[in-house]
Amino acid sequence: MTIGDMVDILKARVLLGEDKLDTPVYTACCSDLMSDVLAFVDEKTVLITGLTNPHVIRTSEMLDLKCLVFARGKVPSDDILESAEEQGLVVITTKATAFSACGMLYEKGLRGVPVPLEWDKEGKEGA
Amino acid sequence: MEALIHEVYPVASADYTSAGHASADIKKKLKMLGVGGDVLRRVAVASYEVELNLVIHSQGGHLDLNVFPDRVELVSEDVGPGIPDLSLAMREGWSTANEEARSLGFGAGMGLPNMKRNADEFDIQSEVGKGTVIRMGFRLA
Ligand SMILES: Nc1ncnc2c1ncn2[C@@H]1O[C@H](COP(=O)(O)OP(=O)(O)OP(=O)(O)O)[C@@H](O)[C@H]1O
Ligand SMILES: [Mg+2]
Repeated sequence: MTIGDMVDILKARVLLGEDKLDTPVYTACCSDLMSDVLAFVDEKTVLITGLTNPHVIRTSEMLDLKCLVFARGKVPSDDILESAEEQGLVVITTKATAFSACGMLYEKGLRGVPVPLEWDKEGKEGA
Repeated sequence: MEALIHEVYPVASADYTSAGHASADIKKKLKMLGVGGDVLRRVAVASYEVELNLVIHSQGGHLDLNVFPDRVELVSEDVGPGIPDLSLAMREGWSTANEEARSLGFGAGMGLPNMKRNADEFDIQSEVGKGTVIRMGFRLA
């Protein structure tokens, strides 16, 4: 799947990066918790989020993410888009809710980031 | 061994506007030195987490970057309030982040575990009423 395919599937609007729609997408992550994103996302992952504050862009910068999807038609403010543009991020927005956006992408074959194996152990301990 | 880079970044409490700028600069400096790939990503994630903790939880402090030929060192030091129960703080999901921080996407209680997972060496010392010191080391391949 490419970012362009995602735009079609989500009937999304491209806010930034019209020229990079042929970039391949390998996995996706949907979260509004920045530390969860920082915990297991890498640069091949698309982030779907409902947060449009500057920290989403800074988190993306730390991870060298290529693409951000804002759900529920959210559009970040111009200064936030500006810093996204400096990083060369592709930014798209879809009217779909985060849940529905994930469902549509999953249906077309996109899968989540694998959670590292070691966590299974930790999870059991904590439970 | 003498450091190739020694940089001190002051980090103010509750300054959400500048939060993350130190980490962005650290990443840029390391990139310019030719550090890349997995190590760069791990340093970036850990420095972002530790910087945001200074902003969200501390009364102010600083984040230091030391780069040696074979390793990168990050040291975070603050002036309080200190952490009463370190083993609780290190647990995934434990957070005392306030509403403001949560509304911005923080407070998952994943920052300290993320740092520990990403750093090759991780040490945390904390005293209530004094402050918290976190040292992280990253081997350069
Ligand atoms: N520098 C610090 N000073 C005082 N308390 C701290 C400091 N760093 C962390 N803590 C305490 O440890 C807890 C866990 O920190 P951690 O970074 O793991 O999670 P968080 O910051 O609450 O949420 P997240 O990092 O997922 O956004 C914090 O909620 C806070 O109570
Ligand atoms: Mg934290």
